[in-house]
Amino acid sequence: MTTRQHDSSLYEEIQNDERFQELRRRFRAWVFPMTVVFLVWYLLYVALSAWARGFMGTKVLGNINVALIFGLLQFVSTFLIAWAYSRHAARKLDPLADEIRHEAEGRTDVRGGTE
Amino acid sequence: MSHQTLSTILFLLFVAITLGITFRASRSTKDAAGFYAGGRSFSGAQNGLAIGGDYMSAASFLGIAGTIALSGYDGFLYSIGFLVAWLVALLLVAELMRNSGKFTMADVLAFRMSPRPVRTAAGVSTIVVSIFYLLAQMVGAGALVGLLLGVTSPAGKALTIVAVGLLMIVYVVVGGMKGTTWVQIVKAVLLMGGATLITLLVLGKYGFNLSGLLGDAAAQSGKPETFLAGGGKYATEAQGLAGKLDLISLGLALVLGTAGLPHILIRFYTVPTAKEARKSVLWGIGIIGVFYLLTLVLGFGAAALVGGKAIAAQDKAGNTAAPMLAEAIGRAVFGEVGGTILLAVIAAVAFATILAVVAGLTLASSSSFAHDLYAHVFKRGQTTDREEIAVARISAFVIGAVAIGLGILAQKQNVAFLVALAFAVAASGNLPAILYSLFWRRFNTSGAVWAIYGGLASALLLVVFSPVVSGAETSLIPGADFSWFPLSNPGLVSIPLGFLFGYLGTVLSKEHNATKYAEIEVRSLTGVGAEKAAQH
Repeated sequence: MTTRQHDSSLYEEIQNDERFQELRRRFRAWVFPMTVVFLVWYLLYVALSAWARGFMGTKVLGNINVALIFGLLQFVSTFLIAWAYSRHAARKLDPLADEIRHEAEGRTDVRGGTE
Repeated sequence: MSHQTLSTILFLLFVAITLGITFRASRSTKDAAGFYAGGRSFSGAQNGLAIGGDYMSAASFLGIAGTIALSGYDGFLYSIGFLVAWLVALLLVAELMRNSGKFTMADVLAFRMSPRPVRTAAGVSTIVVSIFYLLAQMVGAGALVGLLLGVTSPAGKALTIVAVGLLMIVYVVVGGMKGTTWVQIVKAVLLMGGATLITLLVLGKYGFNLSGLLGDAAAQSGKPETFLAGGGKYATEAQGLAGKLDLISLGLALVLGTAGLPHILIRFYTVPTAKEARKSVLWGIGIIGVFYLLTLVLGFGAAALVGGKAIAAQDKAGNTAAPMLAEAIGRAVFGEVGGTILLAVIAAVAFATILAVVAGLTLASSSSFAHDLYAHVFKRGQTTDREEIAVARISAFVIGAVAIGLGILAQKQNVAFLVALAFAVAASGNLPAILYSLFWRRFNTSGAVWAIYGGLASALLLVVFSPVVSGAETSLIPGADFSWFPLSNPGLVSIPLGFLFGYLGTVLSKEHNATKYAEIEVRSLTGVGAEKAAQH
């Protein structure tokens, strides 16, 4: 914890860099709305389980009912969102973050941990 | 040979192998990064398995399979909350924590704050959450051995708790994060293997006809009307509105709690980069998701093949549904010996599961005590790595001893609610502090302290005045009634309160450090200045 703290102006410099602001925009514009989407989707499922039992108990295919399908869809949506995020991060976030980091670490005043 | 003997042999084999790995790991654990973070040298896939091993507790393996077996659909609801929660960790927490923290949750919270008050709060919260969770697991271990190995005397159960506690202390004290991680990896592989095997046998018996399995399960469960549509356990008609709100409350605590559990958060430090942290959560989501799909089949299979009445006769909560199913399906497919062997295997896997989880919890709480409270609060950062690790080892020993003692004392109590409470505290205190720290420019020391203590206190107080503690037949203190809060899970009220406290604490204090915010923002998103992996 020695070398990296003495020049904090470097971080403010990066923070004001247009590329960093673009990185932050790309990150937040994806994860914030998506968080709202999956939380609402999940709470809808829990709320239906509590209040719309008749609807959830409707049989669709043999003994497989809406509740089970809705539950399995939560698994599907979780897997899909995780996959979509990793794709978004690899394509839109990582290249920009790597560029900013390499540039900053090329300068001598920022180093990683001491171990 | 009886299944008890075989279980014991298999479990001792697991212990021998993991102890071997732990002692090997201890040789390369020299500095603080080695002890707390395993040298940050695990790959994303390894850490993903360890995340699964850390997270899939006996409560979720035996408990969820049992709840599904007895109450059907309602148990499924529980597992979905546990899974969706990982999206919060993936999108908002894992990578940013890896980049901005070092060893504990408090590293991130104290980053731009006045360190002593924030570390104290975060350390207290870490230890409280971990001890609750640990206690639930320890008592569960005692109950489990009673059911699986036929040990029924209180002394026998106490001995089991002591043995589990001593083993977990050895893993943590000797192996640190590296040893603990390997225990969790081995356990995750065994658990997935065991659950997959039983699932395939059950599905094979039904010719992979899910509808047929569901039909049999509902018919044999003893409550066909609620079994597939819900309402057997949560939000029953008799509970009315309170039951429905309680279900929402539980759902919120599960989905928001995971990303605030200290023993989960420190797993993100064991990988070299934020990208590997992301990869480990992706692996974790895959493993945990598949696991909960397997428990769905295990639960329905147990209802169909063992029957609700037989399961409830052995354990009211259904905790032995999965081992009973293993025996039934093994006997049906491979004959008498097959039943014995499968039962023994699943029982041994269940013990391995408990051991891996309690080791993770002990590590999280002792790391926080040594790194946050001892090194930064008492010694104001003036310690050496050696001294800090020594304190961490001693505190692992003390926390382990406390957990053993409380575990034995609480043997006869129904402490299953402690897991849900740990999630509620994590979601109400830790999560607001973490999210505000990472995303809110204006956030400050007072906000962090208010969020943690406010969330923690509201969750705890609401539980004390809920039917969990008094006023109902199943209460902790059955004779008394001082309850006025109708929900058994506090999340619905305490989580918004935690966020509100964090907000109020922040705006009521003028403190604000723009330079440090720039540092945490840049560091968390780009990895500039982040802790590097150990050099080998």
